[in-house]
Amino acid sequence: MNATLVAVLVLAAGTYVFRLAGPLLHGRVELPARVQELLTVGATVLLVGLLATGALTEGHGFAGWARPAGVLAGGVLAWRKAPFAVVVVGAAATTGLLRLAGVP
Amino acid sequence: MASVTPSDPAAVPARADRRLLRDIALVCLADAVVGVSFGAIAVTGGLPVWVPVLMSLIVFAGSAQFSTVAVLAAGGGPVAAAATGLLLNTRTAAFSLAVADALGRSWPVRLVGAHLVTDETAAFVLAQRDPRRRRAAFWISGLGLFAAWNLSVLAGALAGSALGDTARFGLDAAFPAVLLALVLPALRGSAGVRRAAAAGVVIAVAATPVLPAGVPVLLALTGLLVARTPWRGTPSRTPRSGSPSRKTSPGAPS
Repeated sequence: MNATLVAVLVLAAGTYVFRLAGPLLHGRVELPARVQELLTVGATVLLVGLLATGALTEGHGFAGWARPAGVLAGGVLAWRKAPFAVVVVGAAATTGLLRLAGVP
Repeated sequence: MASVTPSDPAAVPARADRRLLRDIALVCLADAVVGVSFGAIAVTGGLPVWVPVLMSLIVFAGSAQFSTVAVLAAGGGPVAAAATGLLLNTRTAAFSLAVADALGRSWPVRLVGAHLVTDETAAFVLAQRDPRRRRAAFWISGLGLFAAWNLSVLAGALAGSALGDTARFGLDAAFPAVLLALVLPALRGSAGVRRAAAAGVVIAVAATPVLPAGVPVLLALTGLLVARTPWRGTPSRTPRSGSPSRKTSPGAPS
C-alpha cells in the first residue's frame, strides 16, 4: 500500500481514538491539569518547530531570504490581529514580490 | 411597542441563538479560507488531489493536516508524518472529555459526534451552559464546520492543481505563516511556552541539515525539557476542572 495513504489512515484512526475519549471515559476519568498543560505546550512547541523549519529550510539547506521574509510579514499581520485571509495573502505576496525582484 | 426590550423573557434566548448562529457562520467562513489554502498548498507541494481531500474527510483537524502534509511534502517518511499529526491531535482527547455531555445519549450518535470534536466545536460548546444549548451548539457548529472544511479543501485542491508553480506566487510562505498565526495566542500568553518553543526551534533548525525530513520537527519537543521553567507560571495556578477553553478561540482553525 502507498506510504502516504498509510500515514493518512494511521493519523485518522489515531485521531478518532483520541476523540472517543470523551464518550468512552466521560464521568469516569478526568485528565490531570498538568497532563493537559503538557499536551497543550507540547502541541505549541511542535507547531513552532514546524513553522520555523518550514520557513527557514528547504530539504537540508537554507530556503533563501524571500520565504522567511514572507513568513515574518504574515507574523506581523497576525500579531496585529489581521484576518486570517490577510495573513495568508500578505505572506505569499511578500515572498512572491521579493522573488519577482530577484531575491532567492 | 413593536420593539423588543431586552427584558422580554422570550427575546433573550432568541437573540442569543441568533448570535450563536452568526458566530458559527463566521467561523465556518474563516475555516473555509483556511481549507482552500490547505487544499492548494497540499497539491502545489506535490501531493495528489486525493490526499488533502481524503485527509480532510477522515482526519478533520486543520493544524494536524497542515503539519502532516508539510512533513510529507518535505520528503519525510509516513511514520514521522503521522506521528507529527497525532501528537498535535492529542489535545482533541482533552476537548472530547470537556464536551462529552453535549454529544447526545445513544451510542451511534456519540460515535458520529466524536468525529466532529475540534478546537472550534469545543469552544462553542464551552461557551454555553444550558445542556440543550450545549448540544445544539455542538451539532450545528460540528456539522457546519465539517461541510465548510471539506468543500473548501476540495475547491482549494482543484484550484491548486490548476495553479502550477507556486514558488512564483510565494505560496510556500503561506503555510508557515498560517502556523505562526495559529500559535501566536499561546506564545503571547506564557513566557514559559515561549522559552520551550525557542529551544525547540534552535534544536529543530540545527538538526535539519543532518537528519531525515520530519525528524527535526519531532526533536523540537526536547525544548520542553530544556526550558524547564514551569510554563504554568501564568496566574491561573489553581487546579482547573478539565476546561481547555482558555487556549481555545473560535476562528482559530483546529
